[in-house]
Amino acid sequence: MEKTVITVVGKDTTGIIARSSTYLYTHNINILDIAQTVLDGIFNMMMIVDVSGMDISYEELVQELRNLATEIGVDIRCQREEIFDMMHRI
Amino acid sequence: MLNIKEVFETTNMIEHDNLDVRTVTMGISLFDCADRTVGETCSRIEEKIRKYAGRLAATADDIAAEFGIPIVNKRISITPVSLIGASCCRTPEDYVTICKMLDRVAKDLGCNFLGGYSAVVSKGITESDRLLIESIPEALAVTDNICASVNVGSTKTGINMDAVKLMGETVKKTARRTADRECIGCAKLVVLCNAPDDNPFMAGAFLGITQGDAVINVGVSGPGVVKAALDKCHGADFQVLCDTIKKTAFKITRVGQMVAQEAASRLGVQFGIIDLSLAPTPAIGDSVADIIEAMGIEKCGAPGTTAALALLNDQVKKGGVMASSYVGGLSGAFIPVSEDAGMIAAAECGALTIEKLEAMTCVCSVGLDMIAVPGSTTAATISGIIADEAAIGMVNQKTTAVRILPVEGKDVGESIELGGLLGTAPVMKVNNWSCEEFISRAGSIPAPIHSFKN
Repeated sequence: MEKTVITVVGKDTTGIIARSSTYLYTHNINILDIAQTVLDGIFNMMMIVDVSGMDISYEELVQELRNLATEIGVDIRCQREEIFDMMHRI
Repeated sequence: MLNIKEVFETTNMIEHDNLDVRTVTMGISLFDCADRTVGETCSRIEEKIRKYAGRLAATADDIAAEFGIPIVNKRISITPVSLIGASCCRTPEDYVTICKMLDRVAKDLGCNFLGGYSAVVSKGITESDRLLIESIPEALAVTDNICASVNVGSTKTGINMDAVKLMGETVKKTARRTADRECIGCAKLVVLCNAPDDNPFMAGAFLGITQGDAVINVGVSGPGVVKAALDKCHGADFQVLCDTIKKTAFKITRVGQMVAQEAASRLGVQFGIIDLSLAPTPAIGDSVADIIEAMGIEKCGAPGTTAALALLNDQVKKGGVMASSYVGGLSGAFIPVSEDAGMIAAAECGALTIEKLEAMTCVCSVGLDMIAVPGSTTAATISGIIADEAAIGMVNQKTTAVRILPVEGKDVGESIELGGLLGTAPVMKVNNWSCEEFISRAGSIPAPIHSFKN
């Protein structure tokens, strides 16, 4: 399993989860965990996904999520899980 | 499983508090490149650097994209060139030829700096060391990405005062030779005492003789992250202050450790060290001075600054050491004036003076760094400043350095724009009482006694 964390931040609007999860589904990326909060109208979501079976390169994933973010009008980042594990787990 | 709070803490550090990995520096040993002619030596050096560092920049970019952490600089450090050129260089121009080749290769490989145009002369100066030092003004004027350093002393050897005198003159010549470009040559030249073998940071990076064939050393950063954490504990006691810095330093360093291991593994070279330094940039919110001010000092340079910096430096190390398997390099808070928006402001309003900076260098790495002084400052005065810093390093068993820019035609109240990470340097007042006679004495200051410590 190769875990990646996808974070979405932006103004709350319809279809953020639907559109990002549809994109992940089309590239065979499995969502393992999902959490979200809305703070002061700002939508914060994180998804932990498994990219081991994805049909695109990591570079393409980063770029295409960036394109999707522009379409929706939010920020989407994807980062391998290790950076969070290293920082928050001893 | 990670929770959303942890995830957004990390992304906020990167997006809002300027967390980055400041440099991934590949150290490459050039001992097997020394040859009888300059041409042959150059081609062997080029071949070796390309072999090891050919994929350095691309690999660092890949890691940055996958982990979502900016890696600001991709750099190379090499064996001090005076050691490699000794077999073939007969004139300063021969060294300049090597320097130009290194500049071309560094640019070609996407490395913004290559360090190691260096000589280690803490005890004595060989003929090749002298030729290299003589070549520095020209070498730094005709190249862009090369950094030069000269180690003039150590705790074990004392201070080579002949070298100190020579370096005062060399700094002046370098300033004159690049006077048309804000004396940029001096920003790429540092004079050290107790220079470490594994420093990833410029301008003092070189790969010392204790190191292996190739190694990855990583410098982490994050003054903005520490400042943001301290902004949440105004009024708290020292225990809370220290714990906050330690926890933050731990997190920052863990990112550096991860990047270093990943880079070393992908490039097939050994992981060397993490340099636990808080390295500021001229960007707003990425300043060491701002941290000191967040601790409760009105302006960096005010009474209390040295104590605050000592606390900061120590807590960064305590937090960082646990986060990394191997720690080395300079490891401490940097206080380069021109590269730190808070330092620039403090110097401009008169709160921060060279004398206070000198006191601050007693408790942190690395020394009087990126300080512009009037062009009228004499070579002897610069040598005196270098000698003072070297003495602090020698006696306190720590690395100290001087990177000073005597700006031709400028005086106190003016400033120079160096651009990029090198920033803006206000010209600072220098104590101009003469040290000419002291500097003109030949020989060296003996190593200090290592007992009777009081």
